[in-house]
Amino acid sequence: MTLKTFLLGACSAMAFVANAASAETLTIATVNNSDMIRMQGLTSEFTKANPDIQVNWVTLEENVLRERVTTDIAANGGQYDIVTIGNYEVPIWAKQQWLLPLDGLGDNYDMDDLLPAIRGGLSVDSKLYAAPFYGESAMIMYRTDLLEKAGLKMPENPTWEFIADAAKKMTDRGNDINGICLRGKAGWGENMAFLSALNNSFGGRWFDENWKPQFDQPEWKEALTFYADLMKEAGPAGASSNGFNENLTLFQQGKCGMWMDATVAASMVSNPKESTVADKVNYAIFPSKEGVNNHGNWLWSWNLAVPASSQKAEAAQKFIAWATSKEYTALVASKEGWANVPPGTRTSLYENADYKKAAAFAEPTLAAMTAADITKPTVKPVPYTGGQFVAIPEFQALGTTVGQLFSAVIAGQSTVDDALAAAQATATRDMTRAGYIK
Amino acid sequence: MARKVTTGAKIGWTIAAWVVALLIFFPILYALITSLKTEQEAIAGFSLIPSGTFENYVTVQTQRDYFKPFMNSVILSLGSTILALIIAIPSAWAMAFAPTKRTKDILMWMLSTKMMPSVAVLLPIFIIFRTFGLLDSRVGLTVMLTLINLPIVVWMLYTYFREIPGEILEAARMDGASLWKEIVYVLTPMAVPGIASTLLLNIILAWNEAFWTIQLTTTNAAPLTAFIASFSSPQGLFWAKLSAASTMAIAPILILGWFSQKQLVRGLTFGAVK
Repeated sequence: MTLKTFLLGACSAMAFVANAASAETLTIATVNNSDMIRMQGLTSEFTKANPDIQVNWVTLEENVLRERVTTDIAANGGQYDIVTIGNYEVPIWAKQQWLLPLDGLGDNYDMDDLLPAIRGGLSVDSKLYAAPFYGESAMIMYRTDLLEKAGLKMPENPTWEFIADAAKKMTDRGNDINGICLRGKAGWGENMAFLSALNNSFGGRWFDENWKPQFDQPEWKEALTFYADLMKEAGPAGASSNGFNENLTLFQQGKCGMWMDATVAASMVSNPKESTVADKVNYAIFPSKEGVNNHGNWLWSWNLAVPASSQKAEAAQKFIAWATSKEYTALVASKEGWANVPPGTRTSLYENADYKKAAAFAEPTLAAMTAADITKPTVKPVPYTGGQFVAIPEFQALGTTVGQLFSAVIAGQSTVDDALAAAQATATRDMTRAGYIK
Repeated sequence: MARKVTTGAKIGWTIAAWVVALLIFFPILYALITSLKTEQEAIAGFSLIPSGTFENYVTVQTQRDYFKPFMNSVILSLGSTILALIIAIPSAWAMAFAPTKRTKDILMWMLSTKMMPSVAVLLPIFIIFRTFGLLDSRVGLTVMLTLINLPIVVWMLYTYFREIPGEILEAARMDGASLWKEIVYVLTPMAVPGIASTLLLNIILAWNEAFWTIQLTTTNAAPLTAFIASFSSPQGLFWAKLSAASTMAIAPILILGWFSQKQLVRGLTFGAVK
């Protein structure tokens, strides 16, 4: 065989490669969270009941997943039949017609059982575009022993003023105990999730009704100054690089008096296998500022959706209906206990006596989720929805840039005034370029 | 005349070489150490002493299938390397032994394609792959890896071929060898050290490529780079498991590099001394 013949043969072979995926093999893109891993482990239960459907999992890092799925949907790649996305993406993607409405979940699905706050965030024009797999808000997780030692009692509706006082009194740096642990790592889903919720609870907002950025307003200055001072006086060293995982470890090792973060962390800090302080943890609703009736409005859910490019929408909806059903919750409970079921999506779970008995964090979680309203996240009027984020496509980039500016403040590389001025300038430029500000 | 080297200088240079070698190797060593820690130990801070648990390796193996991405890595790196050599050997021959006044420009142009960030062509490449049904296929990814490493392969082979006297090839031609025979039976055997090191380097580059191998695959063609990426978690500790997955992914190429280091060094220094 001559070289020419070989090359011609090779080129022809490449040109005729066909997609090997079978008609009923679902490809599901997901992230590596414990609830997702559990779902992968239980997939055989679904395929047993639906032998005509096979499931392939693609697990990716959160940002890579977003990038991959965005490319795939935008270029109509059709590589995924189900994608795992947050409630930030769902309304944006649905309006761009990147997602199919979930109208084939079946009569037994009990859509009315979904928590109204969660369902509202996943619906556009009253149509559900993603089914919630698990949901979360934010709340205070605190050490009962340290609070008692400080001579304080957690009020039913704690204020930031109380939290600051408690954090300072609980701090014992000689024994490596920090009064408070908060996110400091830069990122729209990292420190800006917390700081946006904090700003909401201080009465601030990201944009006014005309999309003018509000970093030059007193609320942002007050909130950021409060955060920076608190972290300096009662926060851990190197807090500017701490995200969810770092703070989780600090809390589990007994190095935090309080931690304000996603409610999903409650099952981890109260798990005696992982946490050294499991029996000394209690929970309270996200604080508000004295005189401002706003608890931050943090609301997040990981959801399953069908991209418009999928050729197997019917089978995909069948899987989604199974994975987000009450029956799936019961299945997890029977295999791994009630404390391990995916939380924050269905009202019935919070009425279940077994769940309430197994999960001490059930009530505070439900209270936090019920209090969150992403359709009206701030005291003042705003043109956007979303609590710890702003539901516009530009927020990912802008939130991360502002997050870097604010992270520099607690790293001691910048001042509150400089960071706010830079944030105002950046946000004004980006929003003007994007056409929001005329 | 050889220079005299004192014992003190020898010891000093040896220590310096070890320090540099350890510094270069340290990230891999630390990944190995971290893989033997519990998740809590891994995130707690810098420590060189693990508790010695193998739990992460068990978890990694239980949660994901290692064998399939491993086989994909082998197929993709070997396939793309062989394909690149098939294309590059004749190209480098032409440039080394039958240069034109534009040869240097072509070489520079080929190298310049490496200067463009991959993400800049992500969408066009993605659409081409989708159109030809090459998404998540080993054939498509083999072609992709061949193309992105081809400039380096051509450049390396061109450098080696230039060290071979053209008179030997002329003599073969005088004896009646065809072009094909000249390349296969005369040039290639003489350039074996250079071809071997190019082959090894290209296998390593293809094995470690982590942009296209993640962007263009889902399940069927996903290699070990995608396997590693799947262990990162936004909510939950993962450093130790990720380190175990990384160690499992780099172990085969590390072993290959260890056993072929003589050939690699010989090939890379080929022609350095005349």
